[in-house]
Amino acid sequence: MARIIVVTSGKGGVGKTTTSAAIAMGLAKKGHKTAIIDFDVGLRNLDLIMGCERRVVYDFINVINGEASISQALIRDKNCNLLYILPASQTRDKDALSKEGVGRVLEELSQEFKYIVCDSPAGIEKGANLALYYADDAFVVTNPEISSVRDSDRMLGLLSSKSRRAERNEEPIKEYLLLTRYDPSRVKSGEMLALDDVQEILSLQLLGIVPESKSVLTASNAGIPVILDEKSEAGQAYEDIVARYLGEERPHRFIDGKRGFLKMLFGGRS
Amino acid sequence: MSSNQQKKQTNVSSVIEFKSSTFFAPILILFDNDIAAIELALQEKIQQAPEFFKNSPLIIDVSESNKLDCAINIADIANVLRKIGLFPVGIRGGNGQQNTQARALFIPIDTARTAGSKISDENTQKQSSVNKPSEPEKEIIEEPVVTPQSTPEPTTETTLITQPVRSGQRIYASGDLIIMSQVSAGAEIMAEGNIHVYNTLRGRALAGVQGKTDARIFCLDLQAELISIAGDYKIYEDLNKQISKKPVQIYLKDHALIIQEII
Repeated sequence: MARIIVVTSGKGGVGKTTTSAAIAMGLAKKGHKTAIIDFDVGLRNLDLIMGCERRVVYDFINVINGEASISQALIRDKNCNLLYILPASQTRDKDALSKEGVGRVLEELSQEFKYIVCDSPAGIEKGANLALYYADDAFVVTNPEISSVRDSDRMLGLLSSKSRRAERNEEPIKEYLLLTRYDPSRVKSGEMLALDDVQEILSLQLLGIVPESKSVLTASNAGIPVILDEKSEAGQAYEDIVARYLGEERPHRFIDGKRGFLKMLFGGRS
Repeated sequence: MSSNQQKKQTNVSSVIEFKSSTFFAPILILFDNDIAAIELALQEKIQQAPEFFKNSPLIIDVSESNKLDCAINIADIANVLRKIGLFPVGIRGGNGQQNTQARALFIPIDTARTAGSKISDENTQKQSSVNKPSEPEKEIIEEPVVTPQSTPEPTTETTLITQPVRSGQRIYASGDLIIMSQVSAGAEIMAEGNIHVYNTLRGRALAGVQGKTDARIFCLDLQAELISIAGDYKIYEDLNKQISKKPVQIYLKDHALIIQEII
């Protein structure tokens, strides 16, 4: 039985798709067969980040409507053969998603995959609701600024009340905080909320901090999940996050912006 | 909050369903029959918190004005209320003529909840035992308390919440409400009785929403957007910054919210 992870935030532009792509790749790299689904129907992006936009034939909606089988729609990743991508439809909108249809697809994927990562669209409407509905774990992606924190808080409310687990009175969704686009120098100067400020409001288990990094944009444009850029801080941060999620204990990094000794010697990219 | 989905049945009886439910509506107590003065006072109040009153349902209580021989015409007051965007949904304490007027306007009449001055005396005593003593000869009977003598005691069941109350969530308790976790900004917690928050309170907290004026709010860290007891409220801007972020209790005294640090 697969573990279903939703990557969500409420607010747009905080790094949901970047995070989804990175952790899905990270899980697959660790030897777990992983599927990643783009729930942002109509605003398809994940295929670009994963670098498979030219290989999309069928999509999520085709599978929901029974126009294609799951194996026809799944795209195998070019960097890792344990990772499969189910792209969103670009020509439809969120109304094409249905609770039963999504449930059926997830059920079928669960037979074959160990992890299913659901890349949620922004907002709290149908797409986001269905992305979280069947989830077992939630990665709440938050930027260190107040509107993102408020929206994450709202999302956490929905996770605890609008999911299948909540409706069935089962064990609640396990919620994790991922603080992305964190810039320690701006935190120090008071322009950005510090980790403690965010935690005071959200009080969630912190899975990791991803520092603001130029390599994220570079990786996105190249269609390679940033986790594969092992030299970048963002790539390392996602590596840590995947390891922590899988139960490994690793100290948190990138909080105070101090450069490590090895970094100073070898001059790692920021 | 929890929504149990029920499978739709195809027979005819499934198109409607009766459920017993409790609603929260402010009570407008009138002390005079001067329509112009009432309208002016209402407009002033609404200007302070337009969102709070926007399209709000309202129950008109005329028992006080009737006591002072200022029987008001229900059609007139209903007109004024509707004109400024409020929805009168009931009257109480009306005389025969007023009830007839209300009926003609399809406004329901609450007959059980008219008396109450006795109970409010008790409240005053209870409060004064905790607070600084108020002048004993001054009896406060401005706020009739809604404890119907004819019906059985209202449910005093306590609701316990251990999970955080997140932004956008609402919790309603028919008795006391105890929250062990934080209440986020943008959340709304309401109780007919007292509210206890053993953590940070950042959202809105409304105690005594059915008019229980001796209800109290207790919290360990007050950063609330709004606090209210029996309809009297304060927003964060109006709170004394001295008591913000401190453990406090909040109670009502002479229609004023008293916020007191608990040491």
